[in-house]
Amino acid sequence: MSIPLLTTVVVIYLTVIAILSLQAWKKTRTAADYLVAGRQIHPFVMALSYGATFVSTSAIIGFGGAAAVFGMSLQWLTFLTVFVGVFIAFVFFGRRTRVMGLNLNAHTFPEFLGLRFESTRLQGATGLLIFLAMPLYASVVLMGGAKFIAQILAINYNVALFFLTIFVAVYVIMGGLKAVMYTDAFQGSMMFIGMVSLLVATYSKLGGFITAHQRLTDMQDLAIKIFGAKGHTGWTNFPQFGSEYWLVVVTTIVLGVGIGVLAQPQLIVRFMTVKSNRELNRAVLIGGIFVLIVVGVSLAIGALANVYFYYENPDTTGQIALIAAGKNVSEIIPLYISSSMPQWFTAVFMITLLSAAMSTLSSQFHAMGTALGRDIYEKALNRSGNSVILTKIGILFAILISYFLAWALPTFFEGGTAIIARGTAIFFGICAAAFLPMYFGALYYRNMTRLSAWACFFTGTLTSLFWLFFVHAKESKPLMVCNALFGVDSLGEGTLWAVVDPLVIALPASALVTILFNLKQTKDCSVRHIERCFHNIN
Amino acid sequence: MLGLEGILVPLGMILTLLSTVLCIIYGLLNWNKGYMTDEEFCQEQQWNEEEKHVEEQL
Repeated sequence: MSIPLLTTVVVIYLTVIAILSLQAWKKTRTAADYLVAGRQIHPFVMALSYGATFVSTSAIIGFGGAAAVFGMSLQWLTFLTVFVGVFIAFVFFGRRTRVMGLNLNAHTFPEFLGLRFESTRLQGATGLLIFLAMPLYASVVLMGGAKFIAQILAINYNVALFFLTIFVAVYVIMGGLKAVMYTDAFQGSMMFIGMVSLLVATYSKLGGFITAHQRLTDMQDLAIKIFGAKGHTGWTNFPQFGSEYWLVVVTTIVLGVGIGVLAQPQLIVRFMTVKSNRELNRAVLIGGIFVLIVVGVSLAIGALANVYFYYENPDTTGQIALIAAGKNVSEIIPLYISSSMPQWFTAVFMITLLSAAMSTLSSQFHAMGTALGRDIYEKALNRSGNSVILTKIGILFAILISYFLAWALPTFFEGGTAIIARGTAIFFGICAAAFLPMYFGALYYRNMTRLSAWACFFTGTLTSLFWLFFVHAKESKPLMVCNALFGVDSLGEGTLWAVVDPLVIALPASALVTILFNLKQTKDCSVRHIERCFHNIN
Repeated sequence: MLGLEGILVPLGMILTLLSTVLCIIYGLLNWNKGYMTDEEFCQEQQWNEEEKHVEEQL
């Protein structure tokens, strides 16, 4: 592809980002501006920022690639991300979070929990878990973005990694959450345009909506021949119940991401950035359409890429998508774009993917920085100082750690790339198990005790870590701890337990423990405090 | 149905579309509902004042 054309497109894109960041920087004066965007964000900006943060480059390429293998059954993930990730999240979690956050003057998710349960230690512990677990997730996005830039612009990976990090770092540190959300909204718009174009182009190329599906359905025998032993029953059918593929689709992809989205600190904080519930109501409409397109299209296109490579592309005739991409799942979508779309579209899609990477990264850097600066240093350790400056220092630390992981893990450790590739699933799983029951209880159960919040936190975190290190083979194998201690890659080796995602074990465990610890009705928060928390919540 | 096989995949697709319709209808029906109350406005002003005070002290 023409390098001058690409460079021009990238320069225009970066200029718009720079202008938006400058605007945000000028409007950022107080800690509330820096941490919760002054609680004045427009619903359009909020909804697009939420969606763009949730969907990263790795998600578009990773989900799309996974759909090329598992097929249309992954559309259940689109259903959960729209229904749970937008409707349930905004209506049943978001509205209460906003009101309670304002009642308590919370600026971050850990601070929200800490103030609700009157425990700065809980705030510190929550912040610490975010600060420790999120760099791995951020490094996935950094690596994905940098690899993509390196490939498209034909430059060295380390150079791309360095400049991507620096650019995002500058605008996040300068403009705080306002800069993050303004740029997210622009980047979200780019993602939306790119995905709609891809949807229209793909279906028209393959003969229309139903014809394209039917052609994929007609490849059923081929799918069963290649993947049938693992439970595949065709790209437009659900995998065989209880099979290895069924467990991966249902537990890791559909539930892991679809439920995990409810307990993401970088998403929850967005509920506290709007002025009133009216903005959240409006954001439901915008967010629902955005997530449908961005998640749904990447999954549909991934599965349909099999039809394109098998029948339409002369260079790969008779090859399914996975084979055409050299058995590299993450290469399927880029290869599909570069081989099936015109040059101008490749440029549009490059901006789509760059936007997806930068919008997620900026939010991750901000969430990690606030966890370190605000929640751990300022609140849990009770050190005084200017909140904005402390948070800026926190963000800088978080960026350095994420950059170091993205650079060093694949370079120095065997299996480093495999660990990073699991970063998103690891972070989603830990957050859901450690935070979701506590977060739900904080919003809906007035008598929930501080002890039960701690029990939820520890049970969720420890169960997740045990499953990650010793049972779920996708992580336990590259982590190598299980092998060093027991001589096997997974304690569940040879059984289906090794493919069961940590979330479906750790979340029920932490929910059960939270309930059990609440059975003993010891009230550790005063009636006055509870009234203050639930003021204006009915 | 829709060129897809079995029940679960078409069901997933239909539920996806219905969820989006639900989001659209909910958003439209509540488009002007839930605007900031005077009490919330005062609350926010109070927090801003407190924050200014803390920053001045620092």
